[in-house]
Amino acid sequence: MRWLNRARVSFLMLFRRGTEKSRLNREFEFHLEQQIADNVSHGMDPEQARVAAIRLFGNPALLEENTHSEWTWNWLEGIWRDLRYGSRTLLRTPGFSLTAILVIALGIGATASLFTVVRSVLLRPLPFRDPDKLVMLYERFREAKDSYNVVAPADFRDWRAQTHGFEDMAAWRWWGGNLSGDHGELPEVVAAAAGSWNLFSVLGVQPVLGRTFTPDEDRIGANDVVILSWSLFQSRYSGDKDILGKQIRIDSKPRTVVGVLPAWFTYPDPVVKLWVPYVPTFKAENIRPDSHQSFVIARLRDKQSAAAAVKEVSALQYQIHMQNLGKPVAEDVVSKPMIEDVVEDVKTPLIVLMCSVGCMLLIACLNVSNLLVARGAARRKEVAIRGALGGSRRKLIQEQMTESLLISVAGGILGLLLSFLATKWLATHWSDLPRADAIRVDGTVLVFSLAVVFLTALLAGLLPAISTTGKNLLGTLQDSARSIGGTVSRATLRKTLLTAEIALTVVLLVSAGLLFRSFIHLRTSDLGCVTDHVLTVRYGLPEKKYDSPEKVLAFHEALLQRVRSLPGVRAAALVSTAPGAGYEGDNVFTIPEHPQQGPSLELDALTRKIDPGYFSALEIPLLRGRFFTEEDRLERMQHVIISKKFADKFFPGENPLGKHVSISFTGNTRQSYEIIGVVGDTIHDIGQPIKATIYRSILNGDPRIDSMATIVVRAAVEPLSLSMPIQRQVSALDPELPVYDVLTMQQIIGKATASKSFSASLVLGFALLSLILAAVGLYGVLSYLVSQRASEIGIRMALGAQRSEVLRLVLVDGMRPVAIGLILGLAGGAATGLLIKSILYGTRPLDPGVFVAMAGSLLLTALIASAVPALRACRIEPVQALRLE
Amino acid sequence: MGKPNDLVQGTLDLLILKTLSLDPKHGWAIAKRIEQISNDVLQVQQGSLYPALHRLEQQGWIRGKWTESETGREVKFYSLTSAGLARLEKEKESWKRLSAAIDLVVDSL
Repeated sequence: MRWLNRARVSFLMLFRRGTEKSRLNREFEFHLEQQIADNVSHGMDPEQARVAAIRLFGNPALLEENTHSEWTWNWLEGIWRDLRYGSRTLLRTPGFSLTAILVIALGIGATASLFTVVRSVLLRPLPFRDPDKLVMLYERFREAKDSYNVVAPADFRDWRAQTHGFEDMAAWRWWGGNLSGDHGELPEVVAAAAGSWNLFSVLGVQPVLGRTFTPDEDRIGANDVVILSWSLFQSRYSGDKDILGKQIRIDSKPRTVVGVLPAWFTYPDPVVKLWVPYVPTFKAENIRPDSHQSFVIARLRDKQSAAAAVKEVSALQYQIHMQNLGKPVAEDVVSKPMIEDVVEDVKTPLIVLMCSVGCMLLIACLNVSNLLVARGAARRKEVAIRGALGGSRRKLIQEQMTESLLISVAGGILGLLLSFLATKWLATHWSDLPRADAIRVDGTVLVFSLAVVFLTALLAGLLPAISTTGKNLLGTLQDSARSIGGTVSRATLRKTLLTAEIALTVVLLVSAGLLFRSFIHLRTSDLGCVTDHVLTVRYGLPEKKYDSPEKVLAFHEALLQRVRSLPGVRAAALVSTAPGAGYEGDNVFTIPEHPQQGPSLELDALTRKIDPGYFSALEIPLLRGRFFTEEDRLERMQHVIISKKFADKFFPGENPLGKHVSISFTGNTRQSYEIIGVVGDTIHDIGQPIKATIYRSILNGDPRIDSMATIVVRAAVEPLSLSMPIQRQVSALDPELPVYDVLTMQQIIGKATASKSFSASLVLGFALLSLILAAVGLYGVLSYLVSQRASEIGIRMALGAQRSEVLRLVLVDGMRPVAIGLILGLAGGAATGLLIKSILYGTRPLDPGVFVAMAGSLLLTALIASAVPALRACRIEPVQALRLE
Repeated sequence: MGKPNDLVQGTLDLLILKTLSLDPKHGWAIAKRIEQISNDVLQVQQGSLYPALHRLEQQGWIRGKWTESETGREVKFYSLTSAGLARLEKEKESWKRLSAAIDLVVDSL
């Protein structure tokens, strides 16, 4: 029962504290009255009795305090008192408080936002069942160390059938098609994926409507079915459940809708609008161990290590390799956790951003710390007097810490509000971020922010609090305003803080400069063709409708002719994939004129299909030989053109013209083609090295490979203004045929570099903010020093010092911490540059240009920040400064 | 009467608990009672009485209750709780041990 009693008393003490206080006074009064009555009964007259009783009672205030100190919750009362006191002091200097709160809010807001993103993207497991049991399996060729190669469908089939280390394995591949309806609805090109029937059960995903695929639907020649993503279900079918069981047309082929996936399922990419079964996307002869395009997800058995299971699969793969010597069949199988696979590309940039935001927060703390030291100096006397009157040092530190806590909490609240907005903005504007849908502020983020708030308070407050409540109370009290010595140590502290601040700023500036420079490199990277006033429009002819080379060719040529005659079009040409627009695909080949090299060493090059006008339209230079002609069509197509890289790599020191390439473009038997020309290199993907490329004529019209085309148009007018006329020409030829990726060449470049530009601009933003903070810090410290040294400067001038000498005195004082910080920061920047090497493009980690530029901008900023107080110092009138005492 | 003896550290709690073990009392009565029983040897100062009472109350050994006194005004009466009774026994034990130990030391010289 004791706890009940204690709880009751605690409750009274907490919520009825006021009542209890007045009751205590009544208790004392009663005691006094009893004493008086007692005295009277002993024969004293009332007045005497009263005086005696009061004398005996002692100091009532002291008694009250002593009794109070026995109460519970005193600590709370102490904190409450500190809080009131702290907020009063802060309110007395609103300018200071507002600055400090804003600085902290920026730091905490940015940190919380980035933490939210990092946590959602990197740390939170995938939204699947037991996500840590999911691994991705890749093939690895021994000649390409550390590579992760996509899997061949035949390999996946054999792994799944013949190994038992994994609970199950599923595969998927990219796919896509033209979506149209039965009743002439608007055609649309959709990105899609093909998944094995067990993919969704391996991931542990249930459809919200209908079912997933059955094994029977996932075989060659199966009836066609489709599962819709939630976004397509909503956007195209307005969430109408009746679509289940109905047929939709993909590439003119009817498919039955069997299910709808949940809204949160956006693997592997939110652009995937529908899923079809895996195996039917292959022709029977293409299920081979040497055509690689699939991704394999495997689920580990309970208590089984990935290594053992992968070893079994790898052993099997080696057998497959031995059975297919001479073909590109990998020797080994490797795995990596699925989460790593998903976040791979953004991991380093995210960590870099997180570190830079941490740096910025640290700078913000140092700045507030610096401001507090300055304030502490101004309140030195007050603190000393309170110390002399018996205020314990702990109490004084506690009080100052409360102040920095108040600043941090206010800044934290403001920062969290900022971060809600910032996080939303980040999630929508960071185009390359995977799992962007998973980003939200949750409990952990709030706890993290709270921890950051307290850490900030501690960092910003402790140093100033300790320094101002030093033991030398008497010294401070004796300090006259004229003495200068007392301020030296505090100024040293502030200069040290400033040095740290500047060093961190320089590190940030250098990293930002490196990232920005590599972004500029990307932006201006030469695609190898004209990029100005070029529009690209993609389309794909469905194989079902365009089933003969004649039909494919007829469409391509008719479209070209129509587009070329549009006003404003200077040239138009066809290419399967425009420069900068991606990989498309590669093929292995041999060169009959060269003796066969090692069995596994396969020659490999990117393939592009073009029409004869392509190179001249995009001004890709002809280096040797000739272009295709209108004669290179249909079965008469016996020539290829190669890129410069191809010639350098496979025909070093030889004339490739007239030589042959034995290659199979369609995946069937190889055929020999004569090389008739060499053209300049183009870049297939910005940021990637140039690849050897082989061009064939699209006029071959093979429905299997020549049906996907990009029409590239050089415009004499604003290129995007041509997009509608071109689309009209397409629908005039085939109203069911949709076009997609209507982009100017500049937009293609922008898209490829968007994410880089994003992280580079964010880091640059942080760096600039830090630079401003450092400048404010420098300005603050110098202004303070000048005001402290006003009388000293006055004396110097009275003794004959020139104004220029005073100017130099102050500037040197300010620039010393800047110089030390700069040196430290440059060293740190160099280390950081080496760490982020992997995300730099065309920029050396120790790029002297960046280092010089950043050091220069810092010095300039520092000079401006110190010039103001320095000028103020040399304008001091000696007489006035001396009279100020 | 000379200077009142300072109470041995920690014995005030024991005295209060013991005094309250008979019947509930208010603060003044507790002090008075201790003086009477000890023949005015032990003088309880208000300066230590009230802090001690409030400490014991916060600890849950005793319980304060505001009731009307004979003269018709509200007075805080303290009574012993059951936990306080147990506490009293323990305090007594340790006091006896302590005083016996002190006796041994004092008598041996």
